[in-house]
Amino acid sequence: MLFAKSHRVLPGFGLSLGFTLTYLALIVLVPLSSVFIKTSGMDFARFVDVVTSPRVVASYKLTFGASLIAALINSVFGLILAWALVRYTFPGRKLIDALVDLPFALPTAVAGISLTALYAPNGWLGQFLEPLGIKIAFGPAGVLVALIFIGLPFVVRTVQPVLEDLDVEFEEAAASLGASRFQTLMRVTIPALFPALLTGFSLAFARAVGEYGSVIFIAGNLPMVSEITPLLIITRLEEFDYQGATAIASVMLIFSFVLLLIVNGLQAWTSRRSGKGE
Amino acid sequence: MADSAIILDRRKASLSKFERHFATRDRTVVRRIVITAGVSFFLLFIVLPLIAVFVEAFRRGAGVYFAALVDADALSAMRLTLLAAAIAVPLNLLFGLAASWAIAKFEFRGKSLLLTLIDLPFSVSPVVAGLIYVLVFGAQGWFGTWLMDHDIRIIFAVPGIVLATLFVTFPFVARELIPLMQAQGRDEEEAAITLGASGLQTFWRVTLPNVKWALLYGVILCNARAMGEFGAVSVVSGHIRGETNTMPLHVEILYNEYQFAAAFAVASLLAMLALVTLAIKSYIEWRASRQLFPETT
Repeated sequence: MLFAKSHRVLPGFGLSLGFTLTYLALIVLVPLSSVFIKTSGMDFARFVDVVTSPRVVASYKLTFGASLIAALINSVFGLILAWALVRYTFPGRKLIDALVDLPFALPTAVAGISLTALYAPNGWLGQFLEPLGIKIAFGPAGVLVALIFIGLPFVVRTVQPVLEDLDVEFEEAAASLGASRFQTLMRVTIPALFPALLTGFSLAFARAVGEYGSVIFIAGNLPMVSEITPLLIITRLEEFDYQGATAIASVMLIFSFVLLLIVNGLQAWTSRRSGKGE
Repeated sequence: MADSAIILDRRKASLSKFERHFATRDRTVVRRIVITAGVSFFLLFIVLPLIAVFVEAFRRGAGVYFAALVDADALSAMRLTLLAAAIAVPLNLLFGLAASWAIAKFEFRGKSLLLTLIDLPFSVSPVVAGLIYVLVFGAQGWFGTWLMDHDIRIIFAVPGIVLATLFVTFPFVARELIPLMQAQGRDEEEAAITLGASGLQTFWRVTLPNVKWALLYGVILCNARAMGEFGAVSVVSGHIRGETNTMPLHVEILYNEYQFAAAFAVASLLAMLALVTLAIKSYIEWRASRQLFPETT
């Protein structure tokens, strides 16, 4: 399967590829396969029973629903923020640009307790929201807030470089042909950004679906109401129900594989659209 | 006259290329709305949580803050976190170098599949990342009985924590190096070899200097994630105080015991680590852009 072309000048192909494949297999592939091997040893009726039980289905709805909404909100505000960072100069721009990656660098548990301190009923923001009847922490809205936090950089960082590379000439051409700024935006700029925006959306969505650390502190973790799927895997593990945990994990894994393929396809599309090879 | 022309020039130079062109210059009102919306969202969702960590950490005074940091369990959590990162980062660095050398310098079939597989750990939920090691090494796992017979503990012990950390930080270095080394091609290395350099010399003198910033970039991101990982480590740790607690897990325990100030104190150290990581990252990006466009700085 893996052969290098004959005329090789550089040494080390066998060694580097051999090490790469061995390490990949040991750390990633073999351990991951355990989920599917364990699941395939399970009675099919029981598998279906586990992954479609009401509490599990409620957790899918919350996890996927909140992830979807968070990714949509991040797509809108991520685009706005990327636009401001690329197209305008304003005080604090460089600092904001550097801090955009904070959710990548800040441990999720830290984000979780901090967001809870902000949005709890007696928290910084929660105390003003509670009299208005808005409850964020310890409910589904809390999950959403945490997922917005962790997803924002994915959208900004995929849109930003494409926006920077966008040629001024396209918009100049549109303007000289009589299009208004708004028409140019909708017909020229947004379509050019669309593949990147979709990639950022998918990355934020995929990350949100698997997220655990930042969510569990703020969610309240009520079964059927604010319990996310990854937490349910841990709950099953703590009950020593390894099969149950594995069955739910396999559903999540299959979902993330499908999403990974979609993201890869999108990225190939983006680089083709922007006229650059890999 | 000449002076004002220079000032005008400077003002123009500080504008973005889109602000300098009429066709891409937005109206002031549009500009203000976009900046206000973007920046407010950013302050609310990113900056405010960061500030809250430090304010909550000092809520009960500096005494409580420092007491939380020198507590025996906190110190042992810091040691374990440093240990896990000290093992995971070099191993994944070695992997990143090997993978990028093989992928960027040679042609072989199955390359795009390999690239996808390297990215795989990023799309796996951290909880699942922990679970897979429980399935392999746990009491009921593949090697469970064998490990028990030989009195080797992996799950609920330090090796499990290291393995989980290795998994979640697996792609970081590789994915920074591969695209850069692919873009650089292999001409320089081939020239060095043709002139009589050995493979190791070529790698050390030609390849490594060419990728050093990307390498450092990958390493600091890898390190930040290794020290901050929560979900995967939580599954395999068993939460034994003073033994298998990392810093993020210690934060959770303190928080669940309602020792909020102490929890935020330990969290503030992790937040500082994140800020240092971002500072180094910005510095690297600044260096890289200066190398590419030396005249713009």
